[in-house]
Amino acid sequence: MKKAQSLLIRFSQVALVLLGATFLVSILIRQLPGDVSLLINPVASEAERASLRHELGLDRNYFSAYWMWLSRMFQGDFGFFIFGGKVLPVLKTAIPPTLQLIFYTQIVALTVAVPLGVTSAYKQGTRFDRFTSTTLFSLSSIPNFGIGLILSLIIGVKIGILPPSGYKPISEGLLDHFRLMVLPVLTLAIAPISTYTRLLRAEMIGALREDYVLLALSKGLSDRRILLRHVLRPSCTTLMTSAALSMGGLIGGALVIEIIFVIPGMGTQLAKAIGMREFLAIQTYVAFIALFYITFNSIIDFLIGVVDPRTRNRRA
Amino acid sequence: MSEILKLSDFSVSFDTPRGDLHAVRGVDLSIAKGESIGIVGESGSGKTVLSRATMGLMPSTATCTGTVEFKGAVISNLSRAEVRKNWGTGMAMVFQDPMTSLNPVRRIGSQLMEALIVRLGMSKDQARARSVELLERVRIPDPYAAMKKYPGELSGGMRQRIVIAIAIACTPELLFADEPTTALDVTVQAQVLELLAELRQEFNMAMILVTHDLGVVAGQTDRVIVMYAGQIVEAASTTDLFRNMKMPYTEALMKSIPRMDQSSGQRLRVITGRLPDPTTPEPGCSFAPRCEYATDKCRTEKPPLVTTQTGHQYRCFFPIGGSL
Repeated sequence: MKKAQSLLIRFSQVALVLLGATFLVSILIRQLPGDVSLLINPVASEAERASLRHELGLDRNYFSAYWMWLSRMFQGDFGFFIFGGKVLPVLKTAIPPTLQLIFYTQIVALTVAVPLGVTSAYKQGTRFDRFTSTTLFSLSSIPNFGIGLILSLIIGVKIGILPPSGYKPISEGLLDHFRLMVLPVLTLAIAPISTYTRLLRAEMIGALREDYVLLALSKGLSDRRILLRHVLRPSCTTLMTSAALSMGGLIGGALVIEIIFVIPGMGTQLAKAIGMREFLAIQTYVAFIALFYITFNSIIDFLIGVVDPRTRNRRA
Repeated sequence: MSEILKLSDFSVSFDTPRGDLHAVRGVDLSIAKGESIGIVGESGSGKTVLSRATMGLMPSTATCTGTVEFKGAVISNLSRAEVRKNWGTGMAMVFQDPMTSLNPVRRIGSQLMEALIVRLGMSKDQARARSVELLERVRIPDPYAAMKKYPGELSGGMRQRIVIAIAIACTPELLFADEPTTALDVTVQAQVLELLAELRQEFNMAMILVTHDLGVVAGQTDRVIVMYAGQIVEAASTTDLFRNMKMPYTEALMKSIPRMDQSSGQRLRVITGRLPDPTTPEPGCSFAPRCEYATDKCRTEKPPLVTTQTGHQYRCFFPIGGSL
């Protein structure tokens, strides 16, 4: 009963955020300069332009235009491109590469950052700790498109061990798929690796001073066991929250990185759509990006509750 | 060889930005198997540091000198990995605050079973069965349900019982109880102390009860050691200490216990002043600045620890009731 209730609350929250995000975007798109009807038919007469505008819903007010898009979405119509074609097939090919890029990045970032963070906390103040934090700090201060271009140039072009750009779906061979993903994922992962490592290190150092660590020690447990079983778990909720929040940055980052590495994902499509004033497509893209962000955050929220029982009652 | 623990000239200091902080200074102490001793002193007197350092539970900023012998073997020069072998199975500790000494994100069961599995090599099922027994033993109602709970779902008294269950899980021969009742309600304090006394009898454990409360010590210990500024200032059997107090500090501690037979509205007795700065040792008796009997001699010369024929030790030039 209580569970169903909290789930319901959760879902209505998600719906509300989605509606808000897409409505805001629909207003913002309208603020873009330039008349779409002129873009479509530069030599149209005033009457032709008016009818075009009416057809596209551009003569409606914000609410009515938004409603037009929304009601079509509910009917499974994801919109069309003003210059021809439906949005849905493009979405179908553009979502997988972006999702893959982001998930691989999160996995790589966490698998690198957790051991680094744990070790730096345990060896706090040693040469290892200082070396790790300086290196990560300097790497994370380079913008990711810079890192992307450098990696692509050096590893992809000069050394040539990995392809400098391109994308292949998993269905065309797993090895090829991953070989193409290495550089973009590495590029995107550097910033979160640095954030996660520093966060986890700070949290663990705090947790190591707790009484329960002393109690665990007095049971005669090994340092390794204490670190992994007693300290890492209470410390990783901050890390998880940060992973959820960094999703926004990662989506934004992925959009840029896709263009550098020529990956036909959401970023490439979104850039194209913005350039062409494809306002219906933009709106649909944003809805999906928001949906994805919210879904991921909800999953993380749930997982935090699993990991840390103290947070369970606070939510819902 | 009935001694379980022997400290000789044991000192602990911390390297701080203000210089060396001498938390424990030249303590000699021996405890027999199954004996219960109380260490009494106010906050900052070095009693907690003494118990933790004896066990070896010290951060790397601490320097320990002197020797600690446990069951006849010197353990003070062992590596941490070697000392650790005694933890849990040889000596164990009950900590002061049960609100913070249990891991908040792990179930009671897993925290109890852990040491049984890792240290005693039990299987999971054996450990679970033993844990339930232990919880029953420390009088946790419905131990099966308690195993699945998180510390946050239990009261302070319950948590302290669980901390005690964890400490005795591997049947240690020496139990340090560091202010085990300070953080608890008065009504629960007596129950926890009683439980500790029962368990001590049952497992024939020696116990070091660290407290600032002379009242706690009176009922629970065979011998009492009073600490002040990191030194032993008085040591005697419990009956002897309460009957025949020698040290003005102990007397002052005694007088500062609020009494039921006093009429209400009276001012509580306090020991004025503060503990001396542990980074700068004073020339004379460390209690002299706060002592109502102090003379010039007390302020310039250090009193030695005197032992009477009955084994009563005190560190004072002018003991109460005169020197024997």
